[in-house]
Amino acid sequence: MPKKLYNEPSPLETRIVSKRFGLENSESIEVYLANEGFAAFKKAKEMTREAIIDEVKLSSLRGRGGAGFPTGLKWSFVPHTSPKPRVIVVNADESEPGTCKDRLLMEYDPHQMIEGILIASLVVEAHVGYVYVRGEYRYLIEVIDRAIAEAYAKGYLGKNIAGTGWDFDLYTHSGAGAYECGEETALLDSLEGKRGIPRMKPPFPAVAGAWALPTLLNNVETFSAIPPIIRDGGKAFLDLGIPKAGGTRLVCISGHVNKPGVYELPLGYPMMKAINEVAGGIPNGKKLKAVVPGGSSCPLLKADECDINMDYDSLAKIGSMLGSGGMVVLDETTDMVKFALRIMRFYAHESCGWCIPCREGTTWLKKILERFNAGHGRHEDIALLGELSKNMLGRTFCALGDAAALPTISIVEKFAEDFEKRLSRELVAV
Amino acid sequence: MLKCYPPGRTRSAVVPMLIYAQDETGAVTQELIEEVAKRCGVEPLQVEEVVGYYSMLHRKPMGKYHVQVCTNISCLLVGGEELYEHAKKKLGIGHREVTPDGQFSLEEVECMGACSWAPAVEINYDFHHFVTAEQLDQLIDDLRKAH
Repeated sequence: MPKKLYNEPSPLETRIVSKRFGLENSESIEVYLANEGFAAFKKAKEMTREAIIDEVKLSSLRGRGGAGFPTGLKWSFVPHTSPKPRVIVVNADESEPGTCKDRLLMEYDPHQMIEGILIASLVVEAHVGYVYVRGEYRYLIEVIDRAIAEAYAKGYLGKNIAGTGWDFDLYTHSGAGAYECGEETALLDSLEGKRGIPRMKPPFPAVAGAWALPTLLNNVETFSAIPPIIRDGGKAFLDLGIPKAGGTRLVCISGHVNKPGVYELPLGYPMMKAINEVAGGIPNGKKLKAVVPGGSSCPLLKADECDINMDYDSLAKIGSMLGSGGMVVLDETTDMVKFALRIMRFYAHESCGWCIPCREGTTWLKKILERFNAGHGRHEDIALLGELSKNMLGRTFCALGDAAALPTISIVEKFAEDFEKRLSRELVAV
Repeated sequence: MLKCYPPGRTRSAVVPMLIYAQDETGAVTQELIEEVAKRCGVEPLQVEEVVGYYSMLHRKPMGKYHVQVCTNISCLLVGGEELYEHAKKKLGIGHREVTPDGQFSLEEVECMGACSWAPAVEINYDFHHFVTAEQLDQLIDDLRKAH
């Protein structure tokens, strides 16, 4: 087995969701039960569904997959009295470039996720759930299948869970390599055995999701945060962060840092402190050039914009997002043309082709960026890149079009000099 | 696998069934498509359209060891691209090609969720982190010897 992926606990972290990482056999149900496991479910079983939603709302937990939608609100949208059975779906299709946190939650604490799913099942009165795991994470499907089997054996899944009279079945479902399936409606199509293509909204999945049944869909980390919220109360979780953005989240730091890793930090944590102290700073005394704050879909920040706190509002104020928690650090040697091209190659490859602005837009942007990268950029291409990207914004079913456009717009605007340099090289050559 | 979905929803098993079957057969053959269609109660065409969409499903057999090198942003910054070029030379093949002896195939893949431990390589389903060119050589040589 490869060595453990989590980091040595850092005193700068606030470990709530990741607190069991590092315990021996933390993935086993025995260790989970010995460490407050399923206490939150038993507590929730005694609460009304409204009270559970209120605790989640109070915690100010927002979806950790990237969109950041308030979780309590999302839960309240699912019509629990519908004559149709409700379904729970876990989005474990983690594939946003820069993001690698759900992997740890599934590998080292799968039962915490299962308990979060069970609590959600009480709220929406669902009796079946599916964990949609990306195909590349086959070893994690095996981990979760083992955890599910343990939970059945110990009476925490199946009929009459923990003697409470509650029934719930949980299954894993393998994807087969498609970034698009991380988008919730495309994921549902994929779960139904089709190509992963986004759906028109409304109807939202809460009303008509998997197999047209009311569906509650959340990210692995969102479900994993539920047991601590119910156990210790929404207020306790809220107080870890800042007033409008409570709690902690797993931040995946990668790129040009001395200690890349996944760290659990409270919301509102200073970004520069995360880079310089938590992640050990930039190697070889290089200077910071840019930061991708939350996965490749987010507009990049220039070095002088990075002196901010990492919470939803602060990032929104400077036109970016907290996204999925994938923070990529770029030092001064980074070639932004090449970087922009790599992002666009990704989106052009992953565009499902359903919406023309995205399918054609990503392909054309890729071609223009390839031209630049090869040293044949024309001056008008700089404006064209921005214009093409802006024409994609808001014109597609799902967020992939925006996800491709936003970083490109930010790179072209903020790092125009990198593009200018490519021009001059060609002019000199001529 | 068919039983875990709601009644009448066996089409849902198409994607997982294909990927697990491909692991055994080495590729998605016409025979496999028809078998999956039969078991899931759908038309073969409905299976074929899925095969064309998902990047892990392939009609051509890949090598016994499928070497996947990530060159997406986090890996790119710390040498993923160089590692991929190195793998191409080492194996003498390009993207989605197979060595003549059928032992190895190579693929430049998109982000596979190992960003904080980049650059990363996945061989079949085994992840390898912080991979250097030397380590990749070692991995490949060991697999060659094991055969």
